[in-house]
Amino acid sequence: MDKRKIGLGRVVRWFALFMIIIWVVAPFVPLWLWSFSLRWRFPAFLPEAWSTRAWLYLLKPSSGVLDATIDSMVIAVVVTVVSVAIAIPAGRSLGLYQFKGKRVMEFLILAPTIIPGLASVFGVHGLFLRYHLANTYTGVILVHLISSVTYATMVMWGVFSNYNPEFEEQGRVLGANPIRNFRYVTWPAIFPGIVVAALFSFLLSWYQYLLTLIIGGGKVQTLAMLLFNFARSGDRPVAGAVSIIFMIPALIVLFVTSKYLTGENAAVSGLGGGR
Amino acid sequence: MRSVFYTGWSRIYAKGRPWILLSPALILVLFLFLGGLGFGIAESLNYMPRIGLTEPNLDAYRAIFADVGFYRSLFLTLHVAITPTILSVALALAFGLVLRQSFRGKQFFTFMFSFNLPIPHVVGAIGILMLFSQSGFFARIGHALGWMDAPSDFPILVNDAWAIGIIIEYVWKETPFIGVIVLAILQSIGEDYEAVAQTLGANRWQRFRYVLLPLVLPGVLIVSVAVMAFFFGDFVIPTILGQTYPAVLAVEAVKDYTHYDLRNHPIGVAQALVIAVIGTVLVFVYMWLNRKFIRSDG
Repeated sequence: MDKRKIGLGRVVRWFALFMIIIWVVAPFVPLWLWSFSLRWRFPAFLPEAWSTRAWLYLLKPSSGVLDATIDSMVIAVVVTVVSVAIAIPAGRSLGLYQFKGKRVMEFLILAPTIIPGLASVFGVHGLFLRYHLANTYTGVILVHLISSVTYATMVMWGVFSNYNPEFEEQGRVLGANPIRNFRYVTWPAIFPGIVVAALFSFLLSWYQYLLTLIIGGGKVQTLAMLLFNFARSGDRPVAGAVSIIFMIPALIVLFVTSKYLTGENAAVSGLGGGR
Repeated sequence: MRSVFYTGWSRIYAKGRPWILLSPALILVLFLFLGGLGFGIAESLNYMPRIGLTEPNLDAYRAIFADVGFYRSLFLTLHVAITPTILSVALALAFGLVLRQSFRGKQFFTFMFSFNLPIPHVVGAIGILMLFSQSGFFARIGHALGWMDAPSDFPILVNDAWAIGIIIEYVWKETPFIGVIVLAILQSIGEDYEAVAQTLGANRWQRFRYVLLPLVLPGVLIVSVAVMAFFFGDFVIPTILGQTYPAVLAVEAVKDYTHYDLRNHPIGVAQALVIAVIGTVLVFVYMWLNRKFIRSDG
């Protein structure tokens, strides 16, 4: 009887592992096939005629893909740098200090993770119209910062909860000025956390669609906006090709997290990552 | 503690230090998040002094709650938020239980399982569209196997009334995310508790229900709440994979807000706020139910 049980467990396991492979591979197969297809009508199992039309189209200035990629990149890099710069002191404050009103501050900082961005974005749009920030890059960067700063702060908060500030004390006793102390004592200790926070912020900005649509008002065209439009246009080869371009930062994140960070951190970077 | 040694300005500085460190993040959240929320509330109440509306009223909310379409959208949104959350948690538990065993290739499969964590939802949606539409990849497989002749023989799984396409995408994307958390918790628990339960005579199901589940659920609860809150307010996936009418609340809100007739504008804002309130209530109900379930004995 015991033997039969083990046999069943094995079958279940192999079925689950098979499912995992299907799970990961299935949605990406048609993306690649479509991106190289010229004609692929219904009953055909594989494309009837192959072509690099979609890929060449991406390189044409008229498609707007190059410009949108550059815009996405610039916006995401600015958002990342600012988010991390804000999150390091904020994480330190919440992770190392006990002070009056801390619970309220924690709640305020975490609120944007539970309350959807949709709730505040219309009001932000109203405010930005007033201060001439609507339909501008600055406005889009500011609105991306809301969620990026929140998630980056969560990461740095966790880092500083396990951080021992006494090493800085020693650095000071040994004569290091605050800048050197930060550079040679604090920075190496919190660096892995900074990598996670930065990846997180970058992906959040790179993937953002709705906030860019409302605040950018169509004047700011990021790659996410372009992909969304292609997805709805019905041009499947181009939608497939842009999807693959759009995923490149995610693949870099996968590589970095699997190489330098533990599984749990990788999971955390997925939390905001795929939104 | 240390502040005892400081005097005068440095003492004020020492006391204010956590606030100084926190201030940039705080200013951002206060101005953009709370400011946006406040401005939105004023707009939803038709209070816009700039264009001469100085008498706040509840017209937008009355219009929403009097509209039958709103309740259909609300029902759909609840379905689209709750169903995939439950499915993802159940599947994540199952995969977690399999992946914590030791077997050959475990590391590879664990990596594969977490592969789509950083992949964007929108790409998943386009992939699902290409797989599950009536002329999609699976329909072609069905045709090759002789199960069907025309695309219309394939069930409508995308842009459908039951939001099946949306649910497939959400479950596809979030099961590995919750699963990786389940796996991390299971590995930190070890097998000692189960061994104790087994010596006390607990069978397989009892060990799962009364030993593992109560240990795993609190962690799962936190991530699944974040996931559900995201489903509740999502716009992109329902637009690509959902039907046109009724659409989920987020889609309806954006439709009203971006409508050329500005009179619909406050209705869009009010809908977004209603989404936020119901979404937050949903999160608290979900947390309360889970806590109750964890504590209950049967």
